[in-house]
Amino acid sequence: MDFSLSKEHEMVRTLFKEFAEKEVKPLAQEIDEQHRFPRETVDKMAKYGFMGIPVPKEYGGQGCDTLAYAMCVEELSKVCGTTGVIVSAHTSLCIDPILTFGSEEQKQKYVVPLAKGEKLGAFGLTEPGAGTDAQGQQTKAVLDGDEWVLNGSKCFITNGKEADVYVIFAVTGKVEKRGRIMKEISAFIVEKGTPGFTFGTKENKMGICASSTYELIFTDCRIPKENLLGQQGKGFNIAMHTLDGGRIGIASQALGLAEGALETTINYVKERKQFGKAIGQFQNTQFQLADMATKVEAAKLLVYKAARKKDEYKKDPKVSYSVEAAMAKLCAAEVAMEVTTKCVQLHGGYGYIKEYDVERMMRDAKITEIYEGTSEVQRMVISAALLK
Amino acid sequence: MKVVVCIKQVPDTKGGVSFNPDGTLNRAAMLAIMNPDDKAGLEAALRLKDQYGAEVTVLTMGLPKAADVLREALAMGADKAVLVTDRVLGGADTWATSTTIAGALRNLEYDLIITGRQAIDGDTAQVGPQIAEHLGLPVISYAQDIKVEGDKVIVERLYDDRYHVLEAQMPCLITALAELNEPRYMTPGGIFDAVNAEITTWGRADLKDVEDGNLGLNGSPTKIAKASDKVRKGAGEKVTPDSPDEAVSYIIGKLDEKHVI
Repeated sequence: MDFSLSKEHEMVRTLFKEFAEKEVKPLAQEIDEQHRFPRETVDKMAKYGFMGIPVPKEYGGQGCDTLAYAMCVEELSKVCGTTGVIVSAHTSLCIDPILTFGSEEQKQKYVVPLAKGEKLGAFGLTEPGAGTDAQGQQTKAVLDGDEWVLNGSKCFITNGKEADVYVIFAVTGKVEKRGRIMKEISAFIVEKGTPGFTFGTKENKMGICASSTYELIFTDCRIPKENLLGQQGKGFNIAMHTLDGGRIGIASQALGLAEGALETTINYVKERKQFGKAIGQFQNTQFQLADMATKVEAAKLLVYKAARKKDEYKKDPKVSYSVEAAMAKLCAAEVAMEVTTKCVQLHGGYGYIKEYDVERMMRDAKITEIYEGTSEVQRMVISAALLK
Repeated sequence: MKVVVCIKQVPDTKGGVSFNPDGTLNRAAMLAIMNPDDKAGLEAALRLKDQYGAEVTVLTMGLPKAADVLREALAMGADKAVLVTDRVLGGADTWATSTTIAGALRNLEYDLIITGRQAIDGDTAQVGPQIAEHLGLPVISYAQDIKVEGDKVIVERLYDDRYHVLEAQMPCLITALAELNEPRYMTPGGIFDAVNAEITTWGRADLKDVEDGNLGLNGSPTKIAKASDKVRKGAGEKVTPDSPDEAVSYIIGKLDEKHVI
């Protein structure tokens, strides 16, 4: 078993780290406070290929692997959780399902500009009554001649108003499965500007405040028949497959937040003096740092392993990375919440002040335990594999 | 149009400095980066590539690990890379270095050679102009702006308080300042390609029209008598007098105390 990074992964880490420090970190506090989507950063990331890292070159991407992509989200999130999730939602939730399930025409039309960063992507599965229970979908799509007609709404959509291309799930009928009548769910590609597609409320969130989280509303929204993604009725499978990959992105975001908070805190405890010495000289601080670093390292190994497993899947579709992705997300998200909370505590009163990065990191970390499958859902995925 | 950019792997100023017993730098023991002036030169060449489709070759002389800066240059967009490495070339001063690089350049086709103004380790600013001298080329140093018009380059040469606009017929050599531009980042895909890219490696035998007596430590007229890490100045004394008069009398007092006045 080899834990060392390859030359290319060492180099991409250097690149992502330098970019994050120079281009992302200086804006992190400002965009958080102003709840402002960092369009200028997205444009720069597009210029350097960050918006299509694991996408093959023939589809406008960088032709790198999942580990390189995970490292990108990790390094961005070390300094700004919002920037990390913009890349993650765009890549894992919008590009990946089109690349995996789309027709050649769909890949050329949508993946190429998305991977080049000319367009931004989003994913709409969640509804007010359908979060963890994806079967609770109310949004409907009805085929009318050569068009699908969408009606309904999606909520909590990352990159919501800023995206250009959306992968949307809707009920297209009913099917009988194991004696039960189930909703037939299908996936669609919807473009911004389509008549009948509008935006509702902008969510006012606890963390990742600069990400654009909106309600999407479809009112007799007519999209071409060919914008059905994959086969009709396979939407649930497409969603679950997509979320498996998305979890690696969010696990990377969580890992980055934990690492960023820990690095910041290590610097802080060396400087902050109480009782005549740096607080890093107290054993309580030292033991807490040791525990945090150990947990962060464990999370990192799980995240990188899940990324590696997804790369194995790309070569051999029989390989499943679902459990590894769930474990990585479960662990990294809970480590992120624990570590950022402890880092705020080690900062004392200053940690509660917005000028200090750990305050933002703690707020940003909470969502990683919730979106793209709650920690409870990850436990369901893992235990189902154990007990099957 | 063909551009060759000479780049150097230098110690990362954020890391520690280590010396060999002979006073030369122990490069193997130090973290390394691409010299900032050279990186600006590379960016200038890559802009010529973007604009005119120039072919950009990067060339470096150094230990085998100097290939790292060549790969970085490839990941930024350079087309070809040449590493000149040989034990007999080690310990070279500016004369032996420029002789070596000129010997390598004689094997390459070029319209323009770009070097950095100076490397942050040696700080001599001699190698670029010396290469031009060896090759019999015009040289424009301290470039803060480079334009190409036909077979000529128009360069702004920076001085402390002004700049000169100079025109030169290609082929010629330009030395670039870090202030010339903001170098681009590598791309992830560029890195993945660069790691597996072929790097042309040349040794002493591949150098054209050079004599052994002008190479390496033995061919270096400069002998380092002694080298040491910079002695850091103390933190100094900070005073905040209440008035200009008080400040003047304090300074006069200090100068008197040190027997300066």
